[in-house]
Amino acid sequence: MNALAAIFLRDVRLAIRVGGGAWMGVLFFLIVVALVPFAVGPDSGLLQRIGPAILWLGALLASLLTLDQLFADDREDGSLDLILIGRTPLQLAIVAKALAHWLTAGLPLVIAAPLLGIFFNIDLSSMGAVALTLLVGTPALTFLGLIGAALAAALRRGGLLVPVLILPLTIPVLIFGVAATHAALAGPVPFGTPFTILCALSLMSLVVGPVAAAAALKNAD
Amino acid sequence: MTMKDTALRPEAPGPKKRSMAITNLANPSRFLALVNPILPWLAAATALTFALGINQAIFVAPDDYQQGATVKIMFLHVPSAWLGMFCWGLMSIAALGTLIWRHPLADVAGKTAAPIGTAFTFLCLVTGSLWGRPMWGTYWVWDARLTSVLILFLLYLGVIALWRTVEDPSRAARAAAILTLVGAINIPIIKFSVDWWNTLHQPASVFRLGGPSIHPAILVPLAVVALAFTLLFLTLHLAAMRNEILRRRVRTLQLMQAQKAGE
Repeated sequence: MNALAAIFLRDVRLAIRVGGGAWMGVLFFLIVVALVPFAVGPDSGLLQRIGPAILWLGALLASLLTLDQLFADDREDGSLDLILIGRTPLQLAIVAKALAHWLTAGLPLVIAAPLLGIFFNIDLSSMGAVALTLLVGTPALTFLGLIGAALAAALRRGGLLVPVLILPLTIPVLIFGVAATHAALAGPVPFGTPFTILCALSLMSLVVGPVAAAAALKNAD
Repeated sequence: MTMKDTALRPEAPGPKKRSMAITNLANPSRFLALVNPILPWLAAATALTFALGINQAIFVAPDDYQQGATVKIMFLHVPSAWLGMFCWGLMSIAALGTLIWRHPLADVAGKTAAPIGTAFTFLCLVTGSLWGRPMWGTYWVWDARLTSVLILFLLYLGVIALWRTVEDPSRAARAAAILTLVGAINIPIIKFSVDWWNTLHQPASVFRLGGPSIHPAILVPLAVVALAFTLLFLTLHLAAMRNEILRRRVRTLQLMQAQKAGE
């Protein structure tokens, strides 16, 4: 337990200190969201309709792009080898790292989303829905992204490989995240139906992601 | 030189015992000895079944009373869809062989299946949208079945991209195996998408409780064509596996020669 707490705290500290890049995700999110009105035009009715979808898409891209270095940095400074040969189960160590990453990169996105919603004239209750679905859905993105990050670290390849491998797997999360938001806004479907499926996807990825990532790291040699 | 390379060396001695047939097959040399004589027969069987199947599909099977002749697209579409999914299932089994037994033949099976599966999935998507245009009035809808098959296609491309990114075949194999097993979650989603969601795509009509809901006049030709497609897949896959084994042997020989020249 102590080892897991140590890994968690270390990753949080590394992320929020200088050079950690925890805020880069939020900044990227802000820029992506700000680009959209230039692409589709400043029609406020249209922006209000597609706003939740844009926030979800921005959060998806931002959380995946920050994941790229999750294991690569550790492998460079040798701490990954220590985690691999340590007595702590690798899967749990990976969960600790993922939680630290979500806390420093995912949670800021959730907090920033309602503020960015102002750009799209999304009303207060819908902003709550967007934030709630992101709160439940971003852990799924982090845990799925783990697989790609572990593969990239194991193969010593970065760049576009992680998004190419992982984005297809995140499509269900995107579908149900946006569906839940739309259900809260207007849809005939009750909010609970897509929302509970979104929760289920997060829990499922909590199991699948760390196990697959551990297998990838163990098979790296 | 890694262990994997030596396992694929041409003169690698096979196990002497004849008792375990399947483990014997796992030896690449024995696999080649079995595949080489089988392949021509399998190719001939494929051609024969295709001749029979195409004849039945075009001349014997009646036109649909609503769809007219466009129903014939189904004879391409349904078998391609089956094989696109079957191929991922086969890759998942090969992935288990790669990760658990670290067997090079499983690596070869997984690697060579990916492009063939991609081709069948692509064929399924293309024929589906060509049929959708006159029938549904659109080439594409974001329907659960169509979307999940598109995801399957993207996953296939991801696996191929992974294979092409890494030079060392055994490392690439293990990485691709993990991705394949994670992607296998998608297969039951494709199968049951028409039951779980209210889709534009029609629900299951061949493999379902209470028997097929298709008239035998169309079902029988469909089964023949599906058999032909499966035989085609087996032929292509075995041939591709043979080529890949030979390609790796050439690579190993080149490495050995380079090593010798360096000494």
